[in-house]
Amino acid sequence: MQTSDLKIISAAVRKDIIKMLGLAGSGHPGGSLSSVELLVALYFNHMKFNPNNADDPDRDYFVLSKGHVCPVLYAVLAQTECISGDELCTLRQAGSRLQGHPAKDKELPGIEISTGSLGYGLSIGAGIAAGLKQAKKANRVYVLMGDGEQQEGSIWEAAMAAPHLNLNNLCAIVDDNALQIDGETKKVMNIQPLAQKYKAFGWNTIEIDGHDLDAINAAYAAAKSETNKPTAIIAKTVKGKGVSFMENLAEWHGKTPSKELAEKALAEINATLG
Amino acid sequence: MVEVFGKKATRFGFGEALVELGEKDPKIFVLGADTVSSVAINGFQEKFPDRFINVGIAETNLIGMAAGLAVAGFIPFAATYGVFASGRPWEQIRTTVCYSNLNVKIGGSHSGLMVGPDGATHQALEEIAIMRCLPKMTVIVPCDLIETRKATMAAAYFAGPVYIRYGRENVPIITKPETPFEIGKANILRDGKDAAILACGTMVYESLAAAEILEKKGIKTMVIDIHTIKPIDEKAIIDAAKECGAIVTAEEHQIFAGFGSAVAEVVVRNSPVPMEFVGVNDTFGESGEAADLIKKFGLKDVNIAQAVEKVLKRK
Repeated sequence: MQTSDLKIISAAVRKDIIKMLGLAGSGHPGGSLSSVELLVALYFNHMKFNPNNADDPDRDYFVLSKGHVCPVLYAVLAQTECISGDELCTLRQAGSRLQGHPAKDKELPGIEISTGSLGYGLSIGAGIAAGLKQAKKANRVYVLMGDGEQQEGSIWEAAMAAPHLNLNNLCAIVDDNALQIDGETKKVMNIQPLAQKYKAFGWNTIEIDGHDLDAINAAYAAAKSETNKPTAIIAKTVKGKGVSFMENLAEWHGKTPSKELAEKALAEINATLG
Repeated sequence: MVEVFGKKATRFGFGEALVELGEKDPKIFVLGADTVSSVAINGFQEKFPDRFINVGIAETNLIGMAAGLAVAGFIPFAATYGVFASGRPWEQIRTTVCYSNLNVKIGGSHSGLMVGPDGATHQALEEIAIMRCLPKMTVIVPCDLIETRKATMAAAYFAGPVYIRYGRENVPIITKPETPFEIGKANILRDGKDAAILACGTMVYESLAAAEILEKKGIKTMVIDIHTIKPIDEKAIIDAAKECGAIVTAEEHQIFAGFGSAVAEVVVRNSPVPMEFVGVNDTFGESGEAADLIKKFGLKDVNIAQAVEKVLKRK
């Protein structure tokens, strides 16, 4: 898909995130908005994903380690037509398949495993990747993490294992928006230099601007051509990207917009479409 | 005398079953955490190296990778010492494995005081409690080598997460290959109407020995091996309560929230009768030889017999 088309889809995903969270009245807009391009490019240009059969044995696997940003995943799944746009309006309501954090037991297509407790996704991805390798299958595994959850020790247990097991079918993506609930990641507990850390652990590392679709496409392509190591894409992003009053503000980590602010946000996103 | 068919550690039953499973089923995968030989999964490692991962001393990754393997369609068994298999990665087991109802089987070796000289840090005495409270989790505490082998075979094809608690020390073999084993179904090993002793794991043997002691005093006790703590065999417990009117539970585990508590939950709801609990009484273990510790902490046949005599006074 052309970059221009991915941009249009990204804008639609951003609008859905705002609408869903506005309706739900709770949830996490900041990190959802910072991950948009990373997921749109992945689902529309790189990942083997069949929206009509999300359990296709030939699929690539996606694990949302930063489970709190599931609105972006739900919105992307709706764009693939794997789930309906109407269902997005049920986010966080009783009986909905769209739980506040992704839930395997609700059987929403495209959710491989329940996530939301931070720091677990990389191990899960490494396990899937190890299984696929043993079965001599070519499917790939993608894990999206936040920068804040790099503070979890369990991430580094997995970061050690994946290169040791030569899991070149594993691609980790860090949405490095530099903010967490309590403020700037570097002030709460500095995790930088992240790329050097992954490199030292034995990963193929790629640093990009996480909103530059061409750079994202190139990074995913480079990860696929890596024959020996797992790849870590460290994507510098802006928390709340695309909504001026949310950008780079930790307070929008877990706060939803009022009706008026949601309308303002939607108008801003519409304006970017020209 | 209790009929015994030799002595061997339950860990070897776990390891032997894995090799047998591995031969039959290419979906069996085993993960260890630097304790491979001591928890007896080295046989599988040698035979099926491409279906074995040693994650090193990294238990959260042990469970996380097992979860991933289950997502990829494998039947992963992750095993290490019980303290580290259940406690360290507890939240991964809760949120990643159980909440997603994944087919992950966890082997918790080195359970109980009988780990001996290593002392309290390595004596797992809380796993039954912290595993049985998890939705979707099945918890099995086999009583000997043969039952551990059967439990491991059965766990592989029992849908969802399973925790199997086994041990390092050589313990008497008291069941036979033909003894029935079904997850969730207790085995009555001895009949009696005065009181019922309900036991799991290593305490099944001690309970049978206690019944012998009591027999000499004219007290006839029923002994039930409740190898599956969850889902527990409610019918067997209710029947025992009704028939005997008094129950003693025995476990090599903390009394609080463990096996005895699980039995009590059934008893008080259905057929309340006086109960006594034999187990570790809200304290940590310590270094020592297994036999000495069992004696010191009051987990011997005589202690169980005393508990029966005590409960009979309230019957």
